[in-house]
Amino acid sequence: MVTAKARRSRNTRVPVYRPSDFKWVNDRERCARCKRCVQQCGFQAITWEDGPVSDPSKCVGCHRCEAFCPQSAITIQPDPQYFRPHPLWTESHRRNIWLQAETGGVLLSAMGNDLPYPVLWDSLLLDACQVTNPSIDPLREPMELRTYLGRKADSVDIDWNNGSPKLAMEIAPMLEIETPVLFAAMSYGSISLPAQKAIAMAAEECGIMWNTGEGGLHPDVKPYAHRAFVQCASGRFGVHAEYLNSGAAVEIKIGQGAKPGIGGHLPGEKVSQAVSETRMIPIGSDALSPAPQHDIYSIEDLRQLIYALKEATNYEKPVSVKIAAVHNVAAIASGIVRAGADIIYIDGFRGGTGAAPTTIRDHLGIPIEIAIAVVDQQLRDEGIRNQASVIAAGGIRSSADAAKAIALGADAVAIGTAALLALGCTLCQRCYTGRCSWGITTQDPALTRRLDPYLGSQRLVNLVHAWSAELEEILGAMGVNAIESLRGSRERLRCVGLDRMTADILGVKPAGVGA
Amino acid sequence: MREIPPSAVAKASADRAAGANDKGEIATRGERRGRHSPARNDNLENMRVRIDARELHYRELNQRVREAVAAGERAFELTNVNGQRYIADGIRGEVKFDIHGVPGNDLGAFMDGPTIVVHGNAQDGVGNTMNAGRIVVHGHAGDVLGYGMRGGEMFVRGNVGYRVGIHMKAFRDRQPVVVAGGSASDFLGEYMAGGMLIVLGLVGMRPGQPIIGGWCGTGMHGGVIYLRGEMGSLDSTLIASQFATAAPVGEADCDRIRPYVEEFCKLFEVDRAAAFEPGFVKIAPVSHRPFGAKYAA
Repeated sequence: MVTAKARRSRNTRVPVYRPSDFKWVNDRERCARCKRCVQQCGFQAITWEDGPVSDPSKCVGCHRCEAFCPQSAITIQPDPQYFRPHPLWTESHRRNIWLQAETGGVLLSAMGNDLPYPVLWDSLLLDACQVTNPSIDPLREPMELRTYLGRKADSVDIDWNNGSPKLAMEIAPMLEIETPVLFAAMSYGSISLPAQKAIAMAAEECGIMWNTGEGGLHPDVKPYAHRAFVQCASGRFGVHAEYLNSGAAVEIKIGQGAKPGIGGHLPGEKVSQAVSETRMIPIGSDALSPAPQHDIYSIEDLRQLIYALKEATNYEKPVSVKIAAVHNVAAIASGIVRAGADIIYIDGFRGGTGAAPTTIRDHLGIPIEIAIAVVDQQLRDEGIRNQASVIAAGGIRSSADAAKAIALGADAVAIGTAALLALGCTLCQRCYTGRCSWGITTQDPALTRRLDPYLGSQRLVNLVHAWSAELEEILGAMGVNAIESLRGSRERLRCVGLDRMTADILGVKPAGVGA
Repeated sequence: MREIPPSAVAKASADRAAGANDKGEIATRGERRGRHSPARNDNLENMRVRIDARELHYRELNQRVREAVAAGERAFELTNVNGQRYIADGIRGEVKFDIHGVPGNDLGAFMDGPTIVVHGNAQDGVGNTMNAGRIVVHGHAGDVLGYGMRGGEMFVRGNVGYRVGIHMKAFRDRQPVVVAGGSASDFLGEYMAGGMLIVLGLVGMRPGQPIIGGWCGTGMHGGVIYLRGEMGSLDSTLIASQFATAAPVGEADCDRIRPYVEEFCKLFEVDRAAAFEPGFVKIAPVSHRPFGAKYAA
């Protein structure tokens, strides 16, 4: 079996050697010759020549064929080609150079940063109660995870009204969510309609929020719009007055953790009839989102759009601003709050994407752990922390990560990759091809119909319920009965193995230092 | 045909006489009958809601407009407008606005259907992400006009500023059109994805002033820009040649632009013959997928 092939580039006429990523192994003794693997592969990597034959150069390692082989005859293995090891010229650098020498193109990736940067969550530990402060049993005591997102008043005016007090002020519009875990922004176009519908239904059932991304609102998910952030980004796809008013909140997308500072290109191949109608652009045309919003070149301009959106929605919806976590994130966040945003959504450098240049995805931005800490601190120092809620996203893998994010100062977290994993994603990172065998990041009807939105929704609901139950356990162990008591409580975090400066920036003491 | 009962006209006139007072309060009418009858236009003057915007914060002004629209009002006359932002922002349906003064930024943003006539200059962000409707400016307009505009028409008598028509797009019967009587500045039609931009260079031009600024059509991948003039007189270095090319117009192009240029001439009482001489240059995208080959995937 050929696992690598010599190619001849049209332009350079230099023989190119580019090995495959994976080796596809079929146990011929077990194979029932049912052809299911051929049908299941979205990448046409398996053909039938008196038995299944693979083209390893096309295999992305998504494991769809393996999962659906009734005989368990298939195994996907790392390509056995052995390169002489080199600590500097790693295999991935070599592969990338060969590919670029062949194509002259910008490397493309999907999902989140896959380089081994330190994961700060794994250096943070939560406190627990022992003897001197009793823990709380979540099986016996009610635990409060409900969270309100939006602008909180500086003070509360009450009309005492002779013993029957009433609120004597207007409260800014706020989102009530049952657990501080939301679904991240993923547009219809980047993901399939069944995938978005599964997410929207799960958000409704869990009493949380989903986010349209910059893809408009398809009629099938409109019934769930009352649980949606509707996004307004630089391409303004599908954005109109009715759309803005159908969501629970409006979000201005400035940036994304996987690709801070750059725009988005939804390739024409993914702009199907239905995507075209939802984005309100012609079928097959590239959906180009410019890098900045060209009506926003400053905080003042951002304020102008925030208030344009508030005016268009009669001041009834909170306005969120989504940014990527970058070096100056604290000052930027301060500007965003002062510009009138009710929610800041910060996406760390490990955040996912349907398509991003690999170089951008892997080398720009800062960790979300740091971003939460510095933003929370800056807003506190300025006395404006109450004026906006902070949603943290970009590599939240578990309820523990969520709890640590909230302890660092986030009001809630958003999950994108984790949600897609719940739907069956195996993190093959080839969303940008539009060929997802699992029906998640494709618009090919033959592939999208593989994903049942109702079953998918149930899996997402399970995930959110499981994380919520774990959050309750964590709160109980920490001796508090409301997520509000953990929020911004860095005293309940300790770090291990971090340098002093990083610990200081996080505002977290080293393990071993008492209260 | 259904006539408005005399009583209704009398009532409206009486309200009109009572008028919007100097605090800008809206004159309200109890009688709504006959609003959709052909007689409506004859009585439009009487049917209009007048708001004096002097000293009014935009939020209060726009709140009043929204409430009046919700109550069924369909015509407004806003006087003494002096920089108030977001007028007609997000308003849907057939509503008419006559604006006297200078409206502030984001005039008609996200609007879906109304007609706005500005008797003066307009500022930045006119028709931002506008879905449908019409905006007529009897003066100059500022930067970022028609950003993400998806439908409707805009006629500006004089110049338009920088970044006009960025990411303008078309969808089915929605074909946005902007006609500017003067010049446009840099980045005209950047990332343009659909619709039509027409620049006439006819009104308020300085001698030798180019009709457009630089980087025209950067990232353009749809739609078309028409500039009045001859190929020879257009400075081709102003056009982002990687994305867009200039060519003389054909017969089909002339048919496309004629109704809009004629409308422009009618609206602003400009000599029709001058507007069509010496012809037009067409700027069209090189590719509908300019970044299709950018990636190594």
